[in-house]
Amino acid sequence: MAINRRTFLKAAGLTTLAGVAGHAAMELLTPGALEAARPESVGRFPEELTAKRWAMLIDTEKFTTAQTFQRCIDACHVLHNVPHIPGDKEIKWLWTDSFKHVFPDQQHDLIPEAIKNQPFLALCNHCDNPPCVRVCPTKATFKRDDGIVMMDMHRCIGCRYCMAGCPYGARSFNFWDPRPFIANIDPYYPTRMIGVVEKCTFCEDRLARGQIPACVEVSEGAMLFGDLDNQDSEVRRVLRERFSLRRKPSLGTKPHVFYLI
Amino acid sequence: MLEKALQGNKAYWGWIFTLLVAIGIGFGFYVVQLQQGLGVTGLNRDVSWGLYIGQLTYMVGIAASAVMLVLPYYLHNYKAFGKLVIFGEFLAVSAVIVCLLFVVVDLGQPQRLMNVVLHPTPNSVLFWDMVVLNGYLFLNIIIGWAVLHAVKKGVRPASWLKILIYVSIPWAVSIHTVTAFLYAGLPGRYFWHDSLLAASFLTGAFAAGPALLLLILMIVQKVSDLKIPKEATQTLTKIITYAWAINLFMLLLKIFSAYYSQYPAKMATFDYLFGGVGGEQMMPWMWNFVFLSVVSLVLLVIPSTRNNPITMTIALVMVVFAGWIDKGLSLVIGGFIPNPFKVHTEYWPTIPEFFITVGVYAVGLLILTILYKVALAVQRENAS
Repeated sequence: MAINRRTFLKAAGLTTLAGVAGHAAMELLTPGALEAARPESVGRFPEELTAKRWAMLIDTEKFTTAQTFQRCIDACHVLHNVPHIPGDKEIKWLWTDSFKHVFPDQQHDLIPEAIKNQPFLALCNHCDNPPCVRVCPTKATFKRDDGIVMMDMHRCIGCRYCMAGCPYGARSFNFWDPRPFIANIDPYYPTRMIGVVEKCTFCEDRLARGQIPACVEVSEGAMLFGDLDNQDSEVRRVLRERFSLRRKPSLGTKPHVFYLI
Repeated sequence: MLEKALQGNKAYWGWIFTLLVAIGIGFGFYVVQLQQGLGVTGLNRDVSWGLYIGQLTYMVGIAASAVMLVLPYYLHNYKAFGKLVIFGEFLAVSAVIVCLLFVVVDLGQPQRLMNVVLHPTPNSVLFWDMVVLNGYLFLNIIIGWAVLHAVKKGVRPASWLKILIYVSIPWAVSIHTVTAFLYAGLPGRYFWHDSLLAASFLTGAFAAGPALLLLILMIVQKVSDLKIPKEATQTLTKIITYAWAINLFMLLLKIFSAYYSQYPAKMATFDYLFGGVGGEQMMPWMWNFVFLSVVSLVLLVIPSTRNNPITMTIALVMVVFAGWIDKGLSLVIGGFIPNPFKVHTEYWPTIPEFFITVGVYAVGLLILTILYKVALAVQRENAS
């Protein structure tokens, strides 16, 4: 059968249209599904730690000394080349703040002095329903299947919509070039460039090499990390036994960092 | 037709030169910002949007307000606006360009701008804002230019233009609605999280936009042979009066629901803005806003002061300025204060930020001047 020019152009046009419309429809109906449909085996370490749903527990009773906090924060910031920038343009992935700031809705004047004066760790909550992912115009921030909310620093355009969207103040923007503010650059983790947003990644780079998050590792049992989807995991067992709080649960973001009280 | 912008007297070229100088200074500071980062601005970890995004919000309103001329003229055949519609559309064109430039100067990585197109993300309101702003820009360029061309040739505008004009009317509403959705859809930002936000954006825009247009046209009238029909001024000022009254009414609704319910998070930003709780930087601006709003509303409501050229001009300047404090300044800053930790971190623009802002506005004014110059020349030729 001979195909004349007219038929060929028609067919080519229709195919293109179907391709474009199909892609648009997929994006609209199942956002991110196309991007996620990549070969599973690309560049994975055999020792990689995997989970259906990663979660973190912070045992506030075990954080008794300033050194414990500092050890966790230093482990995180040194390992990830987080710059130390003084003032209100700072970058932080893991830090401490008072109870009334971390849990503003639980605050009242008569809570025990010990809790009032105790610092609490703050970090990205790796929400199940993350507003930052919803608002990002380039999918530079996205949620992985295992629940980790990730950042692609190479795609981020620096619009800072995610910072407006995050109700936990977990995100920092590189107002300056961060490199001069890093005391010792760790060559095993990339430094960031000017003008992009960054935050805690639940140490996805360490998980990929079979290691638990750095802060958890140095916390001497004050922090736990595990698969919330697994009934028998330690995180599930502890959550069954101890009372826990999440930050701002009324916002519907479903945070996955739990504070054991 | 563009060549008509190349003929002008000394004052015209002086004005163009002034704008070019302002653009040059702004560009110089932008190069500094590009090299050193947004650290040269007053923005910080807590107040991560400021003057730039405020101007985007205000100018989207100015752009949308062209519909207050387009709708009566094209849908109701209101002849008094006939000669003015083109100026409304060209104001919209330059306002949208200003908006897009403010987005660009606010980006940390502007060279990656096209990622928004390369990785289209329908769940992001910013993606849709890009779509509607660009769409509105092209609609107004095409409509304005084609209508002007028809006037030049002394023929009726092509019939397909009607369809674009009808599309442009709801499209104008959409640009400010989507811009409001940027803010209104964020959990935990209580000052923004308000279903009325888009509606109050529109009413504020339909007051400040026509007010700005009338003021610009009064200047144009002084330096050219444009005659603003008296009836057009009277109708526009009535539109401004109603829109402004509804806008202030909506603000009172917000204040009622915050303070009668005693909802702490809803009151917090008002406490900061008007009460100086946690920092007094915004307070003088806010009370100026109250003063300007009330006085301008009184001047506009009373027919004798609304129709008196002097008091009317004062009222219009007040509306434009009050609208700017409301949307260009306090809306964006207020949304970030207090921050998610209930801590008050203040923000104030720096000198580079200020001059970049002036530079962007100068680009808008340059485009506006050129477009108006062409429109006036064509209208003059057509009349003679």
